[in-house]
Amino acid sequence: MSNPANISTSRRDVLRAGGAVAAVSGMASRAAAQPTEISLPVTSQVHLQVNGKPQTLELDLRTTLLDALREHLHLTGTKKGCDHGQCGACTVLVEGRRINSCLSLAVMHEGEAITTIEGLGTPDNLHPMQAAFIKHDGYQCGYCTPGQICSAVAVLDEIKAGLPSHVTTDLTATPELSAVEMRERMSGNICRCGAYSNIIEAMSEVGGLTA
Amino acid sequence: MKSFTYVRAKSPADAASMAASTSGARFIAGGTNLLDLMKLEIETPPHLIDVNGLGLDKIEDTPSGGLRIGALVRNTDLAADDRVRRDYGVLSRALLAGASGQLRNKATTAGNLLQRTRCPYFYDTAQACNKRQPGSGCSAVRGFSRQHAIIGASTACIATHPSDMAVAMRVLDAAVETVLPNGKSRQIKMKDFHRLPGATPHIETSLQSGEFITAVTLPKPLGGTHVYHKVRDRASYAFALVSVAAVIQADGRGRVAFGGVAHKPWRVEAAERELPNGAAAVAARVFADAVPTPENEFKRILAERTLAGVLSETRGRS
Repeated sequence: MSNPANISTSRRDVLRAGGAVAAVSGMASRAAAQPTEISLPVTSQVHLQVNGKPQTLELDLRTTLLDALREHLHLTGTKKGCDHGQCGACTVLVEGRRINSCLSLAVMHEGEAITTIEGLGTPDNLHPMQAAFIKHDGYQCGYCTPGQICSAVAVLDEIKAGLPSHVTTDLTATPELSAVEMRERMSGNICRCGAYSNIIEAMSEVGGLTA
Repeated sequence: MKSFTYVRAKSPADAASMAASTSGARFIAGGTNLLDLMKLEIETPPHLIDVNGLGLDKIEDTPSGGLRIGALVRNTDLAADDRVRRDYGVLSRALLAGASGQLRNKATTAGNLLQRTRCPYFYDTAQACNKRQPGSGCSAVRGFSRQHAIIGASTACIATHPSDMAVAMRVLDAAVETVLPNGKSRQIKMKDFHRLPGATPHIETSLQSGEFITAVTLPKPLGGTHVYHKVRDRASYAFALVSVAAVIQADGRGRVAFGGVAHKPWRVEAAERELPNGAAAVAARVFADAVPTPENEFKRILAERTLAGVLSETRGRS
């Protein structure tokens, strides 16, 4: 992670803030900070590379990556399900790795590359995983689907990269693409409609697994 | 979520000194547990110290033939490291049995050790919890206690430690490296790192105020067969009811630690002498002082049977 100057704060600032944080709560921005005991901002400028486009946002520090994407950049493809990292609906790729965007602060992704469902494909030019989900009926209501697809894309990459999983029989061997491996690796994405078997069908096709 | 201020630490010593001098400050690494607790206002830190970007994300060989795992190494990367997979299989297995792929990509080595209990009464701010609100009592003691501790608990707290990784670290005799606010560093053995609840269940580790974890070190490899068996309510992405971390040698001797049964990874070295005599002999020693509730007494039996499964599997392999 880069360490840009916009959050550069001296130790003295922190010491001063320690006793005065309650008073900071209502303050709006760094620009409004007065040269008093209170000197640390509760908002920050954040630079993100979202689906290939540079974005600059002024955010309350509490803003999760999920809320930055949905509420500030209006990329509503990424869904808020449980908002506690239990359902996987908010899964996005950060620097190519899948994470729960609800359990991460936007300010902690300064300068990083984020890929959301909108960045994987478009209605006219679908990502192969999106096309396969449609072909195999990998959803019913569709709410979990953007997270499922982002996770599915990452899972195939993880298997290709040789990362082991809980069901990998031999830890020192390269894991194989199989339904069992994909099911285990997709356990962080919950689907209340129960489209699981069709999701594995879609992933199998994209991964080149022949039944 | 309560408002907070935020800085990025410039060095481990900087992190420790800032934390010691700022009341209520918390380190944030992966954030997967802390942010969840902040959303629920179970944790309300006025100040966050971001400790990413300090170069603590490497796994290095040590002069004594072991490994030094940086505090910020992600669970995914630790589980996938070739040396860990080859020489410390119990650790890879424990990590891969925990959480989900998304969470393991964020969660860190030190953060995993410091995660809080998943006791439902700790999570429910309408309930009494000595861990969340010292002195308020424990709703779990007379509540639904199926998931709770059967040994080492107290009348103040019967919560379990949720980590799988820590159980493997305990069986491997890992040590936690830290830097103190005065800039000095020290090592804490895993067996001394987590505390029993006693009368102060809110104090969960032996870390001092501001003390910052920089690495976890593993002694040189033990050889033997490495196994981590986790029993849970669903096949993936659930916390353990009971887990067993074991390293068993060809002659039947070895080490074993249990997860899901106590406020910390539970290992009784004296009981390991019984390993060649089978699971019942080991469990009788390990759980001699167990005080289960009617709802969780099954854990004592489940732990013995899980160990029996582990031992029969290792006999088949060696």
